[in-house]
Amino acid sequence: MIDITSAPLTGPQGPKPRKSFSRRNIFLYGTLITIALFYALPLYVMFITSLKGMPEIRLGNVFSPPLEVTFQPWVKAWSEACTGLTCNGLSTGFWNSVQITIPSVVLSIIIASVNGYALSNWKFKGADAFFTILIFGAFIPYQVMLYPIVIMLREVGLYGSLGGLVLVHTVFGMPILTLLFRNYFTSLPEELFKAARVDGARFWAIYAKVMVPMSLPIFTVAVILQVTGIWNDFLFGVVYTSPDNYPMTVSLNNIVNSTQGVKEYNVNMAATILTGLVPLSIYFVSGRLFVRGIAAGAVKG
Amino acid sequence: MQNSVEIKDLDLQFGAVKVLQNLNLEIGKGEFLVLLGSSGCGKSTLLNCIAGLLDVSGGQIHINDRNVTWAEPSDRGIGMVFQSYALYPQMTVEGNLSFGLKNAKLPKPEIAKRVKHASEVLQIEPLLKRKPAALSGGQRQRVAIGRALVRDVDVFLFDEPLSNLDAKLRADLRVEIKRLHHKLQNTMIYVTHDQIEAMTLADRIAIMRGGQIMQLGSPDEIYGRPINKYVADFIGSPSMNFLEGNIQNGTFEVGELSIPLDGYEFGDAGAATEGAATMGIRPEHVVTGELVESTPFQVDVEVNLIEPTGSDTLVDCEVAGQHFRVRMDGQSRVSVGEKLRLGFAPARVSLFDSKTELRL
Repeated sequence: MIDITSAPLTGPQGPKPRKSFSRRNIFLYGTLITIALFYALPLYVMFITSLKGMPEIRLGNVFSPPLEVTFQPWVKAWSEACTGLTCNGLSTGFWNSVQITIPSVVLSIIIASVNGYALSNWKFKGADAFFTILIFGAFIPYQVMLYPIVIMLREVGLYGSLGGLVLVHTVFGMPILTLLFRNYFTSLPEELFKAARVDGARFWAIYAKVMVPMSLPIFTVAVILQVTGIWNDFLFGVVYTSPDNYPMTVSLNNIVNSTQGVKEYNVNMAATILTGLVPLSIYFVSGRLFVRGIAAGAVKG
Repeated sequence: MQNSVEIKDLDLQFGAVKVLQNLNLEIGKGEFLVLLGSSGCGKSTLLNCIAGLLDVSGGQIHINDRNVTWAEPSDRGIGMVFQSYALYPQMTVEGNLSFGLKNAKLPKPEIAKRVKHASEVLQIEPLLKRKPAALSGGQRQRVAIGRALVRDVDVFLFDEPLSNLDAKLRADLRVEIKRLHHKLQNTMIYVTHDQIEAMTLADRIAIMRGGQIMQLGSPDEIYGRPINKYVADFIGSPSMNFLEGNIQNGTFEVGELSIPLDGYEFGDAGAATEGAATMGIRPEHVVTGELVESTPFQVDVEVNLIEPTGSDTLVDCEVAGQHFRVRMDGQSRVSVGEKLRLGFAPARVSLFDSKTELRL
């Protein structure tokens, strides 16, 4: 080894020192904390209100924690609150929403992923035109198609049923999901697809054995988008189903907006949190995968 | 010799762009053919056509006397190795090797036998249970070769398989591919832009440019008797020196120099054609020092620049006012501004018509 020694160093050396309480940091973190509090405040108010009894709410101390914690409003919101004539709370709507969301999510993701795979790897005649038309569909306002779809569903006998709503959700998820999957599959190295063809795999084998196992991040993104989108949907739910089949969002609306009797703020708050719990938990469970999937197209692994 | 792959009048166009034009090529059984060319010359495209990954616009492809122009890639009797390895990331090495065999619905014992054989040949047995992410570049490329090997096919296609590896590994694996070819005696078609790979591996080299084959011949032929100026310039590092001049009465006149052409073998055009011509001399064919006395032509030059590379020293100078490079031994001591006496034999030069750039 060559051993070179130099004179003792003077002046700046090593990592540049950083002050943790610089003006820049205080401003930056101050802003961030303020905005975070601003967004968290409504949730806090909702949560504490839902744990209070009505007499306590009437006192008007919106921000103070409950003096006497009660879970009665939650029970009522779930199983006793009245919407119109029935008094089953949100539970019916919840199960309806589950029955709508699961098939819609599964169906739309399966179809869109096959679409995206075919569009990116098997460039069939007219593939580009097909894709353009499909993407154009994403820009048509829902209001334009609302009534024509009512007629179409009526003609095929699906109007008012859960199946009809599943179909509508599946179709409306197509443009954005296909775009998502097509772009992801395009970012995968083309040589993998070629290698699989030389290895004798055909359309479905390449899809199932080569493409899908590599696409966990984008499937996660699609699941999150679809679950939150479909669970939170109100418009289609109220238009295409009958009162027996109303999804949870519609039930919530009916509970909160019912004009009879006293306004039970605690029950309304509990019902709202209950409704939002599903998308919220999806985010918590898969947040990390979500970020990875969104960034997957940009950075090659 | 029986032909393994025959390409007849092959055309390929994307829209209005003609990528391959009227291409004909016959590759013998057990031959190692290298498709060599700069990027965009159509060499990888040609390989993809042979593999069946691209539909051709015209012409035929025969493999083992069978017309496979419309056949699926997997039915053509080929195995292919890609530049980026293209290993299935979620499968183990074993899964990668057996994927094609499972698709072909081979019985399990047969699959196990073939995977074992391929992993022995390529010395990847300890890696069988690993995923590709846990392998080094060289190991990955071995697995990729193994995937072609298990298919037990007659024709191997390599699409720049060593380009992603570092220089040392590339040299090692190059030797290994050559050894593999000796052992298996398969037909191999190998695409590269690296002329060293081409020269060391090939039985025959096809130099491609603009979707056509410029010259097809053994490495010796390509190096010694390039068919035109492009091939001459493309092959050899450092590249050939070119002197623009005239042929008159059996000598090559450039500036005030006149270089005798005795011993130069003229091609089909016959004996000494008169007129404007380009003379090409490889830097390594120019001699210096004591050897100069034995050469038919000698000239004095001044050294402009030296590039020592360890094994060789490259000397930049001017001959008749035109740029000229000479390769000297790495041991020779020269310095800028020094006078140097050069010599070369006309038998080793190449002459090209200045207009058509074809060999004379």
